[in-house]
Amino acid sequence: MTDDHHDHDEGSHFSDVELRVRALESLLVDKGLVNPETLDKLVDTFETKLGPRNGARVVARAWIDPAYRQRLRDDASAAIAELGYGGMQGEHMVVVENTPQVHNMVVCTLCSCYPWPLLGLPPVWYKSNAYRSKVTIDPRGVLQDFSVALSDDVEVRVWDSTSEVRYLVLPERPAGTQDMTEDELAALVTRDSMIGTAKL
Amino acid sequence: MNGVHDMGGMHGFGPVEPERDEPVFHHRWEARTFAMRQACGALGRWNIDMSRHANERIPPEQYLPASYYERWLAGLEMLLLEQGLLTSTELASGKRAGPAPAGLAPFPPEKVEPAVRKGRNYRVDLDVPAGFAVGAGVVTRNINPIGATRLPGYARGKRGTVIRDHGVFIFPDANAAGEGEKPQHLYSVRFTARELWGPGATAKDCVYLDLWEDYLERA
Repeated sequence: MTDDHHDHDEGSHFSDVELRVRALESLLVDKGLVNPETLDKLVDTFETKLGPRNGARVVARAWIDPAYRQRLRDDASAAIAELGYGGMQGEHMVVVENTPQVHNMVVCTLCSCYPWPLLGLPPVWYKSNAYRSKVTIDPRGVLQDFSVALSDDVEVRVWDSTSEVRYLVLPERPAGTQDMTEDELAALVTRDSMIGTAKL
Repeated sequence: MNGVHDMGGMHGFGPVEPERDEPVFHHRWEARTFAMRQACGALGRWNIDMSRHANERIPPEQYLPASYYERWLAGLEMLLLEQGLLTSTELASGKRAGPAPAGLAPFPPEKVEPAVRKGRNYRVDLDVPAGFAVGAGVVTRNINPIGATRLPGYARGKRGTVIRDHGVFIFPDANAAGEGEKPQHLYSVRFTARELWGPGATAKDCVYLDLWEDYLERA
């Protein structure tokens, strides 16, 4: 995390928005509405505890354990909870599986809903006007933006997750990984492959 | 509301540009804004649907060029003012002018991790009859409410197929308006790309939306 460093006014090295946020925080603390340690804790939780490594564990387990994969299909939230994940913005999960015939992509066109417990907070591109506007009408064009080649024979399914249900893409297991351990497999799984803008 | 936040299908925003090795937050103010929004939300003065709708009500000329966390900041300021937690004088001056409404206690740091791990339950344990079975053909209503809705503009008046019944959920259109939860079934509905975008779309591609009972009619 870095601070804004574009200089303006005399000597201030904070941007307008940085100043506005600092003022708002001190005001909320003064009013007894916010505890700054709570903010520290929230930032730390989202910077260090949650992230795509969690989702990757779910994917790797699904690849090696057909019974787990079936439980993911039947009740994804419960199957994900088996690995210790769940909570805020991942309360109601659905896992959608890529196959040689089907490629899934996830978006929230109305805001930027995203499965925080499994992927952390979303990247800027996921929240961008470009992605939110384009992926429902031109998913194959978005895949080109990510340099992903997809055959015309493959069906693209776009999940516009505008309710409280959150989606995780289960990417296809790459060829030649039969001898890998679960940990090694998890290390192969990228964030974008679990959103659907990458293949492995 | 038919706002610029309802972006699905718009043209002209250019290519999607991923960033390599992106940090969780790019600036300290983004992290503080995110955390303040969560901490203030925990005061219980608004629900998640009111919170989303605040962002939707940011004026379009301000919304479009703003970054994600600038929108969160503008929406938070709007909610704090509307709920009487801050005054516009306080917001402009940065100085406290009076006490906060009685009975509000800041969310304690030790409760952060349990709250994040637990989340909330948006499913409602009520025996509400389902109007549609899996496999049913449906058509979305052509509604244009001024308030919040989770039925995107591009999917109004369109024919689809119910592929899953998620169960009974809080209805955001009512919840955002402070009219209660109005629990009802939420369905996953499949639309062909051609139904949504016309004959130029790829024949086999589909878009799936989670839609509440009130958005749907029998096809």
